[in-house]
Amino acid sequence: MSIDLKMAWRNIWRHPRRAILTMAAIAFATVLLVFMLSWQFGSYDTMINAAVKVHTGHLQVQAAGYHEQQNMHLVVPDPVSVSRLLDDIPDVAAHTARATAFSLVSSHERTYGVAVRGIDPTKEAQVTTVGQVIRQGKYLSDDDAAQALVGGLLAKNLRVGVGDELVLLGQGRDGSIAATVVQVAGIFSYGQDELDRNVIYIPLPYFQEVYSMQGAVHEVVVLGTSLEAVPRIKRSVSAELKTIDKKNKLVVLDWMELMPGLIQSIQMDLISGFIMYLILIIVVAFSILNTFLMVIFERTREFGVFMALGTTPGRLTRLLLLESTTLTLLGTAMGIVAGSLVTWYFQVHGIVISGTSEMLQQYGLPERMYPQLSTLSIAVGAGLVLAITLAAALYPALKVRRLRPVEAMRAV
Amino acid sequence: MDIVKCTKVTKTYRQDTVVVRALSGASLSIQEGGFVAIAGPSGSGKTTLLNIIGGLDYADSGRVVVDGNVLTDMSQSALAHLRLHKVGFVFQAYNLIPVLSALENVEFVMLLQGVPPAERRERAKAILDDVGLGGMYDRRPAELSGGQQQRVAVARSIVSNPSIVLADEPTANLDSKTGASLLEIMQEMNEKKGVTFIFSTHDKMVMDYARRLIYLRDGRIVEDKIRNG
Ligand SMILES: Nc1ncnc2c1ncn2[C@@H]1O[C@H](COP(=O)(O)OP(=O)(O)OP(=O)(O)O)[C@@H](O)[C@H]1O
Ligand SMILES: [Mg+2]
Repeated sequence: MSIDLKMAWRNIWRHPRRAILTMAAIAFATVLLVFMLSWQFGSYDTMINAAVKVHTGHLQVQAAGYHEQQNMHLVVPDPVSVSRLLDDIPDVAAHTARATAFSLVSSHERTYGVAVRGIDPTKEAQVTTVGQVIRQGKYLSDDDAAQALVGGLLAKNLRVGVGDELVLLGQGRDGSIAATVVQVAGIFSYGQDELDRNVIYIPLPYFQEVYSMQGAVHEVVVLGTSLEAVPRIKRSVSAELKTIDKKNKLVVLDWMELMPGLIQSIQMDLISGFIMYLILIIVVAFSILNTFLMVIFERTREFGVFMALGTTPGRLTRLLLLESTTLTLLGTAMGIVAGSLVTWYFQVHGIVISGTSEMLQQYGLPERMYPQLSTLSIAVGAGLVLAITLAAALYPALKVRRLRPVEAMRAV
Repeated sequence: MDIVKCTKVTKTYRQDTVVVRALSGASLSIQEGGFVAIAGPSGSGKTTLLNIIGGLDYADSGRVVVDGNVLTDMSQSALAHLRLHKVGFVFQAYNLIPVLSALENVEFVMLLQGVPPAERRERAKAILDDVGLGGMYDRRPAELSGGQQQRVAVARSIVSNPSIVLADEPTANLDSKTGASLLEIMQEMNEKKGVTFIFSTHDKMVMDYARRLIYLRDGRIVEDKIRNG
């Protein structure tokens, strides 16, 4: 070991309690950052995967403009060829077609405006969770016709139960009046008011008949094998679509385009997280700053001796930086080890969350979330702490440059 | 040959409104190999003079030449270089770097000078043996007595082969017996290695060791006498 390093090491331990407290502060910040970043990165994956399964899927093929206008005349005219095309694309886990019409629904007592959705019962259940949220009655089957699934809040508003009849009144694709009577087969509840209050599902073939869809649908919903596969699938689908969609009327939208609010919530969450981390690290940085300002103060006379011996201020600065770097690295290393252990524990056992922000909850967060330990979260967490604490140690180290030998010698 | 030559050196300190003339036109020459005491009452300017000769501080006016280097127009970093290679210091107390052992303290100066490790070690041990600290290489300053610490400081000040060693009241914190033995060691080093020693004191006993005695009062040299040893 060089004399410089020896001095740095021994100087650190001149005040063992102070050294340990400072290192503990650095380690604590690192633990928190590694854990929180792992938590954030982990929860985003879980969140997105949960959100896409509620309704939107990873991707949708729609007519251009449909997503913005929700105009029922903007259709995917030939869903069969689209679905044949999707069958051949790797990474597509499942897909289904849907159609939507805004209509009036009436019970004996009341009338409301709702979104009536035609779904393919079997395929829909492979893409979304609708089959799992039926609270009363039963899910639709492929040979059902005038059967409907009604949201829990809507059923309450309409004062209907399973087996009751509802009148649907709307406009068909061709401009004709679409009217029918359906029977409530089941009542679903997502726990999201938006869906539970405004949506009715009926079988897609029956929808197409009632609303004169002529075989058309509004969206073909795709679920990929993983989130990472989405861009790849999007490229393939876009390319393949050109072969069947000569007039270029169809578009492929991914989950970020379908749910811009979700990506915004994630960004907000990241930003507010980083602000919090920054505050935390700055507090730690001040404790480093304090430690090293004290060092300068206590050792002024000693620096005078160094200078009398002919040590240059630059070398003194380097000695101090070696000392602060060693201290900081030790603290960060301890933090990485402890932080990884803590994160790993929760990665295995999960954390029950209650009272997450409502903004995130509306995307169907699961009950238990798992942090995801990764080299990224370790590197970013430890890197931030290191960078800021080292920057804080720079000021005291540079301060010695202003010291004059005689002044330093006079200090005791 | 004059190893130190001061001509009309002045130094004034200002603290708020109080102006103190620490040196008012001190001139002196010291020959190579000298063993010189600077004596005088407290506040007479001994420390100030030694600091200026050693390149720790600047004179306000006058000229200071050490071993051919004109200190009065050198930069801070040039002075640091000069101190490293030409000047050894022994102060009254707290001379040593507390986290380094006696041996490492002595080695440190040579490390700064770029002496290779093996040679460094050998020279440091030899000089510690010379000052009578043979078995104490690995003791930290806190584990040494005041007199032993001062001996390490003397060893460190001469190990770099300087032109002059400046000792500002090196015995002030020692009892007279320990002080006398430190002076004997300095004397021995002066004779054996030919290094010039300039030390300040107001102790009569210490003055008796000097071959030349320069007496300061109010920042002026009032007496300068060669003593027969
Ligand atoms: N940094 C300073 N600021 C103000 N005055 C100073 C400063 N350093 C020294 N002085 C003054 O200059 C004069 C000479 O001081 P110096 O330390 O050289 O005396 P000295 O002979 O070494 O005294 P002592 O025997 O007490 O060590 C004194 O009056 C002292 O008060
Ligand atoms: Mg003095």
